[in-house]
Amino acid sequence: MRPLHRIGALCMFAAAAMLVVSCQDSEQDDAAVGGDAEKTITVGFSQIGAESAWRTAETESIRSEAANRGVNLKFSDAQQKQENQIKALRAFIAQQVDAIILAPVVETGWEPILREVRSAGIPVILVDRGVNVSDDSLFATLIASDFVEEGRMAAMWLVEKMDGTGNVVELKGTTGSAPAIDREKGFHEILDAQPGMTIIKSQTGEFTRAKGKEVMEAFLKAEGDRIDAVYAHNDDMAIGAIQAIEEAGRTPGTDVIVVSIDGVRAAFEAMVAGKLNCTVECSPLLGPAAFDAIEAVLAGETLPKNTVVNDRIFDQSTAEAELPNRRY
Amino acid sequence: MSKTPVTSSRAPVPRIVWPIIALALVLGFNLLFTHGFCQIEVRDGRLYGSLIDIIDRAGPVMLVSIGMTLVIATAGIDLSVGAVMAIAGAVAAGLVAQPDYSVLSNFDVGGSFVIAAVAALLISAIAGAGNGTLVAICGVQPIVATLILMVAGRGVAQLLTSGQIITFENESFAYLGNGFLLALPVTVSIVLVVFIIVSLLTRKTALGLFVEAVGGNPVASRHAGLRSGAVKIAVYTVCGLLAGLAGLIAAADIKAADANNAGLYIELDAILAVVIGGTALTGGRFSLAGSIIGALLIQALTTTILSRGVPVEYTLVVKGAVVIAVCLLQAERFRSMFLHVVRRRT
Repeated sequence: MRPLHRIGALCMFAAAAMLVVSCQDSEQDDAAVGGDAEKTITVGFSQIGAESAWRTAETESIRSEAANRGVNLKFSDAQQKQENQIKALRAFIAQQVDAIILAPVVETGWEPILREVRSAGIPVILVDRGVNVSDDSLFATLIASDFVEEGRMAAMWLVEKMDGTGNVVELKGTTGSAPAIDREKGFHEILDAQPGMTIIKSQTGEFTRAKGKEVMEAFLKAEGDRIDAVYAHNDDMAIGAIQAIEEAGRTPGTDVIVVSIDGVRAAFEAMVAGKLNCTVECSPLLGPAAFDAIEAVLAGETLPKNTVVNDRIFDQSTAEAELPNRRY
Repeated sequence: MSKTPVTSSRAPVPRIVWPIIALALVLGFNLLFTHGFCQIEVRDGRLYGSLIDIIDRAGPVMLVSIGMTLVIATAGIDLSVGAVMAIAGAVAAGLVAQPDYSVLSNFDVGGSFVIAAVAALLISAIAGAGNGTLVAICGVQPIVATLILMVAGRGVAQLLTSGQIITFENESFAYLGNGFLLALPVTVSIVLVVFIIVSLLTRKTALGLFVEAVGGNPVASRHAGLRSGAVKIAVYTVCGLLAGLAGLIAAADIKAADANNAGLYIELDAILAVVIGGTALTGGRFSLAGSIIGALLIQALTTTILSRGVPVEYTLVVKGAVVIAVCLLQAERFRSMFLHVVRRRT
């Protein structure tokens, strides 16, 4: 048992050391705020984490926009945990920030803390994901892409490209996630109205390259040359599917049309190479819209509850010109 | 040898029979009901078909489950294999591709895949040895010791890649995941070689006996003069090394290192494969071949579900039902209960 005790003590020591370090960090932050809090506005930003390039780009957009407008931004990374976000919001209240930007990690469980924030008189701007609350005056506005519309845009592009005939297979996102549900809904809405087009297979590729490739391989074996097009709920799965199509001896982009959503850099590279046909952008660059909303709210305006980000669609003809502008 | 199971007087059926029956049933079902499933054709001098996909796709899980079998035989468990896969993929891809956002770009290997692969495998083995040291020398419970690396390891992989997906264009690296050898995917040869080496080491030398002794009764084996600590460290090291190899294959497959998703939840598939294969989680006797069959069964199920177009919502339920059936078949008590009921009816 002895060694166990020693390890226990070591762990406690390490934990204590971490606590001290993190306390020092937040103190430094406070000091920095104290200096110029009188003139400039202070905004607290509770971000989910840094789990993908998309999210890193979103953080970067909000940070750089804050710097551009001379806003004092207090950033908190929740490392995928709601309790960290709630703690961060409490800290923002204590620091009397002027507004809060929140990217909620889940939809539920926000009511009590948002009530606390409201009674402190601080407006909340939600970015990229919504919350489930009984009273929608708890937040000023939600700035996000319309996933259903993204699905519709992809479907409409595909219908036009294929003249309304052909068999489509669908690579869905993680089962139950909001983008997977909505991107499926929008896509089916358009395609169901097309008698000549059928979705012959549909499976989850869990938003990853590896799974997208595996699922596509199975589809190609089961359906063979009947597959005319692939619709992937994100670019990564499309890139996986492209490899599977190539390995089956067919040419992605011509034999099999590939359409996806997100508009990450790798997708633009694939379009320039002629392997991906089209991607619908789901922009993470929400900084400008978020700070526009904050300025409007602080000026006393009432905002619509949903601020929809205008997503653009890119195909091979526009990809090359756009590629240098892709930051994520 | 203190753990001789009490069995009925009839000659016991080897445990490996049950997973083989299950695999045969899944494949037989497809032969009858899934059009073109068992068809194998030759395209560009390579075999092409769903069956080939199954053995190709099962490669990483088979490799990991070989290592996992040895660990479980010592009454341990390794939850960190998925994280080690992510680290190995990240190290190799980072060294080969040298992206400027990754810390690995500070180490120039001149685009050599061999150096990158050796570095990745070395790091994986060290990670495994670390697990083994925690378990054998510090006396930490295996599930706790490897949980640390399971959580932290993925973080390390994300740090190495700065959270980005590192893509690479390296022919020899990509060959590991997409290449063909003797008309079969190269993963098949890799798994076969590893399986033969590990089988020879454990069956033709005393090593296998040591592993079983440590798992069966650690105190007795120590009193018998066996260095149980060294055996444990060795099996965790092998497990880490094989996880690293699986990580290289997974990265080569998509020509990219995806630190967030590479090897995610593979520890569960590997443990499942080992259990299906008839190795008890309590340690002692183990069956490498059983684990391989287990891994093939899991992948055969996945591929079946994908090619039959089972609605996404039912996928996990179908998988779960088959796994429960196999595990129940293996349980002696359930079999006798079942036979009892059947005999009464007739």
